Amino acid sequence: MATVDVDLPHVKEDDPHHHGPAKGLGRWLYTTNHKDIGSMYLIFSLCMFMIGGIMALVIRAELFQPGLQLVEPNFFNQMTTMHGLIMVFGAVMPAFVGLANWMIPMQVGAPDMALPRMNNWSFWILPFAFLILLSSLFMPGGAPNFGWTFYAPLSTTYAPESVTFFIFGVHIMGASSIMGSINIIATILNMRAPGMTLMKMPLFVWTWLITAFLLIAVMPVLAGVVTMMLMDIHFGTSFFNAAGGGDPVLFQHVFWFFGHPEVYIMILPAFGIISEIIPTFARKRLFGYSSMVYAVASIALLSFVVWAHHMFTVGMPVVGEVFFMFATMLIAVPTGVKVFNWVATMFRGSMTFETPMLFALAFVVLFTLGGFSGLMLAIAPADFQYHDTYFVVAHFHYVLVPGAIFSIMAATYYWLPKWTGHQLNETMGKVHFWLSFVGVNITFFPMHFVGLAGMPRRIPDYALQFADFNSMASVGAFIFGFSQLVFIYNVIQNVRAGEKATAQVWEGAQGLEWTIPSPAPYHTFSTPPKVD
Amino acid sequence: MDPRQTQTKRLALRLATAAVAMFGFGFALVPLYEVFCDITGLNGKNFSQGPTDIARIDGSRTVKIQFLTSNPADMPWDFRPSVRSMRVFPGEDKQTAFYARNPTDSWMVAQAVPSVTPSEAAPYLHKVNCFCFDRQPLEAGADTEMPLVFVVDPDLPKHISTITLSYSLYDLTESQKVTQLTLDNDKGRASL
Repeated sequence: MATVDVDLPHVKEDDPHHHGPAKGLGRWLYTTNHKDIGSMYLIFSLCMFMIGGIMALVIRAELFQPGLQLVEPNFFNQMTTMHGLIMVFGAVMPAFVGLANWMIPMQVGAPDMALPRMNNWSFWILPFAFLILLSSLFMPGGAPNFGWTFYAPLSTTYAPESVTFFIFGVHIMGASSIMGSINIIATILNMRAPGMTLMKMPLFVWTWLITAFLLIAVMPVLAGVVTMMLMDIHFGTSFFNAAGGGDPVLFQHVFWFFGHPEVYIMILPAFGIISEIIPTFARKRLFGYSSMVYAVASIALLSFVVWAHHMFTVGMPVVGEVFFMFATMLIAVPTGVKVFNWVATMFRGSMTFETPMLFALAFVVLFTLGGFSGLMLAIAPADFQYHDTYFVVAHFHYVLVPGAIFSIMAATYYWLPKWTGHQLNETMGKVHFWLSFVGVNITFFPMHFVGLAGMPRRIPDYALQFADFNSMASVGAFIFGFSQLVFIYNVIQNVRAGEKATAQVWEGAQGLEWTIPSPAPYHTFSTPPKVD
Repeated sequence: MDPRQTQTKRLALRLATAAVAMFGFGFALVPLYEVFCDITGLNGKNFSQGPTDIARIDGSRTVKIQFLTSNPADMPWDFRPSVRSMRVFPGEDKQTAFYARNPTDSWMVAQAVPSVTPSEAAPYLHKVNCFCFDRQPLEAGADTEMPLVFVVDPDLPKHISTITLSYSLYDLTESQKVTQLTLDNDKGRASL
């Protein structure tokens, strides 16, 4: 990114246009302020992260030893399903939208999001979507228990009654995502400060622009597939019902046509965050800015032609397997470009290791590891061995937990002083980092081994020879889970008190958001800054 | 209105239209998938059926045809092939039969849905006449032999020596009742 020189308009406290937020609950219900909405998204996501995390701990507690100890198999299945759905749609995606709300207007020099009222809507329908989804836990027959991928006919013919609530929940969260994406695209394309050309935008903005287009392309397909399920269940159609001439394999094709771009939706904004943090703490400009932009764009395009690598075992012609195998491996090229650029940015930089940087470094190493196991899974003939084993679980948790989740934590620590006006408590930040780092690896690394040895995923009980690695994973999960309390403590502590933060916060930080005072005033850039 | 706002509105509208179009695309994937399977022979569903003009018999090799039957969980009928497998010369007309019995104490209708493995062989297995073309009604406790006449195309690739033809039998009693009801209603209306 080009160095940004800014003429900052003088922020006067007594300016009538710089009124503060409204008082009371109404502030949060009716707010159209991007910072308020961003905060609400982030708090919501944190709550969902905790709920989904408790479900993960139920799973790991049951798997601590072989045999059935704590929960019924059907409840176990509800836990795996709800854990996946809540973490994907409730924790990771809203966290990125929250960060986008907070940072994109500040990074492009806009006073707010382009469509502030719709912004309020897209947040406030989200809690209801998850209330509907979570309420299914208390219904007769229990919550959805067919896995977060809800393959038909498991999710249609054999589903619990609550599946209809799940379907409406997905419809609402889909609507929320689409509205959020429209808003983000409109903000980035129409609200940039004069002089902020596309190729001067920070990478977080770039990655979100591309992610928003992905969301608009695939969230409606998800809405379509759950609508087809709804019609199969209640209106007698046979989209996925073989008895009526439908095809269950069709479900998998349509689902993964959404599902694969979805996994990039959860990682591209993370790429953007890491590309902001590493240059700051290496005190060098990002290496290969334009190649980063093109790499993200090509990953996004390729994501539409690789979906069937999730279903190598359904009985595809060999030509199809070969195509999807090579298309998948092709994605390693732009991803490799990104990893090399991050490493090159650090090369001969004056690095310091503050908490956000530690999370970013862990991201680069562990995400790459998760990428490699993805490459192993992409090999069609080998995938027949790995399919639906714990190896797959290890793979996607490596890209999602020390990948997406670590990037969200890195972003929170990085921008928190800007939001609250207080410097970070580095000691507690580092305690949180090391506990999380160790916990994550103890949890997910052994899963590679049990997976390769043949332990299937989504089972409440397992063969005795997997016992040791499973108890290790469970210990790690509890370390990781409880270390998040340190994170919550850090955030609350930082909101309440702390050393006063400067505008720039971090010595090497570049970009428009670091030119406004900390904490960021309620209204910023009412007069657009000039970017040269 | 200031021009930027108009621009934003227009962009938002376009993006919303794109989202609606993608919703439609999700549904369009259904027929696209059928066409795709038809062309590529995926799923072993692109059968050839009806009379054929295959006259040449390839006496140089035989192909083993295996017959499989399966019932979904909620289908109580006895359903099995009268022979489990047979050897045929490509080009030769062959007849076999499947046995079905309705052990329940009510009238039922069923439909058999075929599938061929390997799917590569599906276009070469011509069903001249098959019980799977029609729905099969059975009175309570009644049974029947259902015929199948087929020819294996002599153009069948040489490396295929075994073809498995499997049938799943589905209960269509409910939907048949609905159709019957509509037919009766139509009749009633016609007589008025």
